[in-house]
Amino acid sequence: MSEGSLLFAWRSMLVRDVMLAMRRKADVLTTLFFFLIVVSLFPLGVGPELETLRQIAPGVIWVAALLAAMLSLGRLFSDDYDDGTLEQMLLLPHSLSMMVLSKVFAHWLLSGLPLVVFSPLLGMQLGLNGDAIILLMITLALGTPALSLIGAVGAGLTLGVRGGGVLVSLLVLPLYIPILIFGAGAVESAASGLGADAHLSILGAFFIGALVVTPLSTAAALRISLD
Amino acid sequence: MGFKNSIIWMYFSSPRNFYPLAGKLIPWFAGLAAIFAIVGLYISFFVAPPVLSDQKEYYVIIFIHVAAAWMSMFIYVVMSVYAFIGLVWNIKMSEMMATALAPTGAMFTFLALWTGALWGRPSWGTYWVWDARLTSELILLFLYIGFMSLQSAIDDPRRAARASGLLAIVGVINIPIIYFSVRWWNTLHQGFSVTPTQTKQLVDPAIFWGMIIVALACWMYTIAVVLARVRTEILERERQTSWVQGLVGGQK
Amino acid sequence: MLEVRELECVRGDHRLFKGLNFTLQAGELLHLRGTNGAGKTSLLRTLCGLMLPADGDVLWRGESIRSLRDEYNRALTYLGHLNGIKGELSAIENLQISSSLSGINLSEERILRALDDMGLAGREDLPTKVLSQGQKRRVALARLLLSETTFWILDEPFTALDVHAVEYLKRLIADHLTADGMVILTTHQYVKIDAGIIKEVDLSA
Repeated sequence: MSEGSLLFAWRSMLVRDVMLAMRRKADVLTTLFFFLIVVSLFPLGVGPELETLRQIAPGVIWVAALLAAMLSLGRLFSDDYDDGTLEQMLLLPHSLSMMVLSKVFAHWLLSGLPLVVFSPLLGMQLGLNGDAIILLMITLALGTPALSLIGAVGAGLTLGVRGGGVLVSLLVLPLYIPILIFGAGAVESAASGLGADAHLSILGAFFIGALVVTPLSTAAALRISLD
Repeated sequence: MGFKNSIIWMYFSSPRNFYPLAGKLIPWFAGLAAIFAIVGLYISFFVAPPVLSDQKEYYVIIFIHVAAAWMSMFIYVVMSVYAFIGLVWNIKMSEMMATALAPTGAMFTFLALWTGALWGRPSWGTYWVWDARLTSELILLFLYIGFMSLQSAIDDPRRAARASGLLAIVGVINIPIIYFSVRWWNTLHQGFSVTPTQTKQLVDPAIFWGMIIVALACWMYTIAVVLARVRTEILERERQTSWVQGLVGGQK
Repeated sequence: MLEVRELECVRGDHRLFKGLNFTLQAGELLHLRGTNGAGKTSLLRTLCGLMLPADGDVLWRGESIRSLRDEYNRALTYLGHLNGIKGELSAIENLQISSSLSGINLSEERILRALDDMGLAGREDLPTKVLSQGQKRRVALARLLLSETTFWILDEPFTALDVHAVEYLKRLIADHLTADGMVILTTHQYVKIDAGIIKEVDLSA
């Protein structure tokens, strides 16, 4: 019974967050447009030579994805914090970290997945070849969930703190560095015709590690923030 | 707190008991820091042989640079251990120690970067290279800054200590991952090798002992400064208690 | 059932109260009094397990609530200052979600009936952000009707409610007490409830 009800609650939380986002589509679209605009700015700053752009493309797209993921973190808990649903979530008779996981998953569906889906467009814009674009999608699909998971800890810690939005970037961006390195690295080695298996397995390991560790830390952060 | 047979550190985990102890210890550690610093600097300037073939003197930077780099990493680990103890067993004194360590750790990190740049300029002709160690050190500085910013952004002192403590723990799990990633990234991009070629020549015992003693000086300095800082932290967080009010002469 | 032992609560550098002791048994109501800033809300949040006490402990059936969080949460409904409802969702959706989050699957009729009882008939499908303060409060209070919990912690439940709603809520609380439930509430209004045993704790003392 208890396991069934946890699963039921887990799904309701997911459905709730997706439903809420569907009623406020603007929020979802802002993250995506931010991602598209930032990447499109680079050719304007660096120059239109496709060779240069191709070289910096993996890094540029990954940094933009990092920033977009970070910007969307503000939404993760703060609305629920303001209207009191977050404290109700802490009082649910289920493990808080499972509830956190459900919310993070919803957050990824709404902010990370669109980036994965639209990344080929940007890859083509910056002159990446077919293999590299496929790898870009794979790395983003592996990396953005980890970004959401890690970001959730920062979002939990900065709840209700003045200047929380800027602060969260200070806390979270250094922790994003490994994902950036291996995400962009994989695409780069694919673009230069080398294998990217090692990168991908390390990215996968980061994802699994984050999956294990961060829901617990986020739950602890939320308890501290609502204390 | 009042149990007669409680172990000694339980006794000193109470801010009230730790405050006078810290006061008594500070002069000792400060004195040791001064002695070690004088001895260490004497060794590094006058005893250690010049190792660079072209007799350049700038290499004495390495003494403070290495010590600062050691300290920067070590203090972060110590800080997160304190944070962990404070968070899990809800020991206030431990939280305060973590808080007090952060600025010193950040200072050493900055010092390591600064002296690294000063070292880099004459030896590689540039102040900054994206070397694995330098980059990790820079990220470590960001982690310290994050810790301190989070702490100062939260008004309630207990929540501030607990939130930043959790951040320190998350950070310390990440440090090896970050370091390893940056190493990987660096070998992938092979700009140019920046491993000090002098390393092999640095085995001279005078140089070795110079580094150790300067590092000891840094340690003693850290302990003295942290104890002083933790004392003000105690006064601030315990200002409502009768013993602090008695101590500062009853004025509110 | 509920036992509070030597509870001390500190907010910032302000000690709100210290050495607080009381117990609450089935069928009892505790009316928490105190001036503004005396720590009523902090005490309620501590009793919920949201706030960590500076000293002392809260026991539920003889065990610390921190060691049996899930079991305790299963028995508890907390209504805080914040209503805990989503403005973008309708009243029905809000209640459906909050009950399914606690693991209960409710039929739509049951929820409609509860909303009807709370005087929200005809407003069920509006997004709650267009409702008035009192109506939002009623949506939140409808959770009490739908919950199967024994222990209610209510922070100022009567604010923003009109006379009818106050009467209804009083009856609801009385019924809950007769059914061996437990209630702790704070209120500035004079509210008489004719059921169970009424206890009082005054924090300003």
